[in-house]
Amino acid sequence: MKVLEVENLNLGFDCDDGYHQALYDVTFSVECGKMLALVGESGCGKTISAMSILQLLPKRARITSGVITFDNKNLIEMSSSELQHIRGRRIALIPQDPMTSLNPLFTVGDQLLEVIKIHQGLSGEKAYKKAIEAFEEVQIPCAEERLKSYPHEFSGGMKQRAIIAMALACNAEILIADEPTTALDVTIQAQIMDLMHKIKAERNTAILLITHDLALVKENADTVSVMYAGRIVESAPASEFFANPLHPYSKALLNSIPSQRGKTLDTICGQPPSIQQKISGCRFHPRCKHVMEVCSENIPKNYYINKDHFSACFLTKGFGQESL
Amino acid sequence: MRENLLEIKNLYVEYKSDKGITGEKQVIHAVNGVDLTVRKGEILAIAGESGCGKSTLAKSIIRLEPAKCGQIFFNGKNVLEMNKFELKNYRKHAQMVFQNPYASLNPKMRIIDTLKEPLKINTNLSEIEMLNIIKEKSEKVGLDIECLKLYPHEFSGGQRQRIAIARALVLNPDLILADEPVSALDVSIQAQIINLLRELKNDYKLTFILITHDMSVIRYLADRVAIMYLGEIVEFGKTSQIFINPKHPYTKALLSAVPKIDGSPQERIILEGDLPSPSNLPSGCKFHTRCPNCMDICTKCSPGETQIFEDHVVKCFLYMRLNTRL
Repeated sequence: MKVLEVENLNLGFDCDDGYHQALYDVTFSVECGKMLALVGESGCGKTISAMSILQLLPKRARITSGVITFDNKNLIEMSSSELQHIRGRRIALIPQDPMTSLNPLFTVGDQLLEVIKIHQGLSGEKAYKKAIEAFEEVQIPCAEERLKSYPHEFSGGMKQRAIIAMALACNAEILIADEPTTALDVTIQAQIMDLMHKIKAERNTAILLITHDLALVKENADTVSVMYAGRIVESAPASEFFANPLHPYSKALLNSIPSQRGKTLDTICGQPPSIQQKISGCRFHPRCKHVMEVCSENIPKNYYINKDHFSACFLTKGFGQESL
Repeated sequence: MRENLLEIKNLYVEYKSDKGITGEKQVIHAVNGVDLTVRKGEILAIAGESGCGKSTLAKSIIRLEPAKCGQIFFNGKNVLEMNKFELKNYRKHAQMVFQNPYASLNPKMRIIDTLKEPLKINTNLSEIEMLNIIKEKSEKVGLDIECLKLYPHEFSGGQRQRIAIARALVLNPDLILADEPVSALDVSIQAQIINLLRELKNDYKLTFILITHDMSVIRYLADRVAIMYLGEIVEFGKTSQIFINPKHPYTKALLSAVPKIDGSPQERIILEGDLPSPSNLPSGCKFHTRCPNCMDICTKCSPGETQIFEDHVVKCFLYMRLNTRL
């Protein structure tokens, strides 16, 4: 069941030298008990897409069109007081850097209790119990003791757990995890991903995972959407994506991961474009190995090879359909 | 067997932290008794999680961090006992590429001046000779000659890392220490730099010490790998052997925790807890607090080295018994 749908989201920034578009018709949806991975290189618009769900956008960002549907309502048109009932309570965010996302002046317990008090309406003993439960659920040892600790007394992995505990305490329906393990070591990453799987399975939570790590996606996600320069260029169920990637950018990304020893790695020439750069036609064509004349002239549509798998590339046009 | 270029014996490095509230100075044991040999022309990887002491080890090799005790031999000469002149000469042969290309280039210097600096300090070459060297190395690392007039902020991360590599190359060193050379870069750019490192190794017969936490980079590039945990090398051997047949429980957990893009997912060993603080090291084997195979003896004594095969050494009591039986 789809709990959140983002449709044709267009967003840009009002800069000193005019308006620059950053997202082009971004469309994706998250389902209960499933993990969708939004993959791409830095600067491709993954984080800004996620932040527009919660309407936590920088001042200069402007959504020009698009619909974000959650619980039959459009989040873009909501007032900020309505949004407050959703942020943190029904859609929770796990930010990228656990080191800077907790307030260093308050104990971790205070910060967790604040969330519980505001969103659950609990107080006193009940709230405290709930906080301990939440800490135990994310496997923080000596939960009661640890509520009194300050963030600096926690390691990176523990801070990330504490933040996940905040999301769990409110029974959020959707978890947005923005590079949740990028700042952590691999053994700690394994712990956190294990925990996210448990949450997904036990609570039927929908998870939106934002990452640049394709190997992490392969082992964890149910669906993959690949972003390049503000556009989703391919979307497919994870197993299908890794077996049969269609878009040249997806293929190039997969080939640039060091795997087979001795073989020269495939590289993508050039740099990802900045948002100031105007690119005609397909956004990837200046770096694409298979570039054709049509690529610089027209914008490719999403061509579906089956109901769940599309690629925005003229090469797919030959055997795909425009819509299903 | 190839000659040893660098030999490290029983190296200890410590940091003293500021006074805490109690007024006592804390000692952070960053490197605890490392023995390591680097052979000519190989890529040796030092792997481990953050805080395990791998960067400190690299810095102490070129004496950017003073060692507490131990010996480091470079071509038979003890680096730790070198005087000022010998040290300057040694650093010509051992160059470092730092982790963050956004911080390791001087923002006020044009690229050409950054690349010229090592030549000015270390050689008596004329301006034209210097320019020729710079041009050659820039071409080698894939930098456009036109770019040399620019300042660092005008370059992307991948380009900056190429500049940093060119700076390390201008003096024709024998040894390059690369501290996480690709971890600040995007995957597609990472691949370009990895290809470049491999090419350089072959063209210049360079020896690399590659410090990284990225196991896929190690499997792809390194000839041998040393796994570090809390300032100690717990396992050391040929890359292929360690990846196929890891022995130390920590190596096993570390390798199993790395998500893989190819092949079927394997059983994951999830370690409990976090890395203990290097200011308060556990007794006995330093890994015993998180080890799934912890025995009585592990909490009391620290294990010695056991040779599993030629070129494969592990520090763990599980294999010490095996060794004595043999």
